[in-house]
Amino acid sequence: MHEIQIEYFALLREHTGLKRERVETQAATVEELFAELDARYQFPPMGKLKVAVNDEFHAWQAPIKQGDSIVFIPPVAGG
Amino acid sequence: MKPFAFSGDALQPELYRQAMQDVTCGGFVSFEGWVRNHNDGMEVRRLEYEAYERLGNAEGTRIVNAAITRFGVSRAACIHRTGALELGDMAVWVGVSAAHRDEAFAACRYIIDEVKQRVPIWKKEHYLNGDSGWVNCERCAGHDLKAG
Repeated sequence: MHEIQIEYFALLREHTGLKRERVETQAATVEELFAELDARYQFPPMGKLKVAVNDEFHAWQAPIKQGDSIVFIPPVAGG
Repeated sequence: MKPFAFSGDALQPELYRQAMQDVTCGGFVSFEGWVRNHNDGMEVRRLEYEAYERLGNAEGTRIVNAAITRFGVSRAACIHRTGALELGDMAVWVGVSAAHRDEAFAACRYIIDEVKQRVPIWKKEHYLNGDSGWVNCERCAGHDLKAG
């Protein structure tokens, strides 16, 4: 069990009603964590997502560690 | 001037242009992205940008530094707005100065293209008909977690 922090932006922030939350999770990877949260919040379809761990892009298979800060990144639209 | 930054206030292109001035340079190219009144067949009334600034600053800085190395330009920078914008407001500014124009044009194009693809910024459009939506996120079929 790891305690981690998740920060939400844009569509995810509006959908969850949260800017950030602390979560205790059994997920071993960020992909498993996303599945846990999707089951809880029923995220709307968003297309291709990326993920950041501790403010750097990571693969979905990245392991979850105690104290990690995680951000799920829906398709971006700068410019 | 930092290679990349976000600004919650109106952009100041004259100020940024001064920071690109360099006597070794024979050319300066800039790109300004503006808020337009239509997108994807919808009439746009205003929009909001929201950024994941910690990662966005790091990724934006990597893009600008890569452009300087790859195209051999002298100076380059990019600033992106966050917050509420009205029609006609400037959403993004890119500037590049170089000894010759070819590399300045190429580097400027590279920076805006990469920023649009890679920097975590989201745009919410508010439409004339009262609807709103996060650009590129809505009306998708599902979640796709594949890399690349």
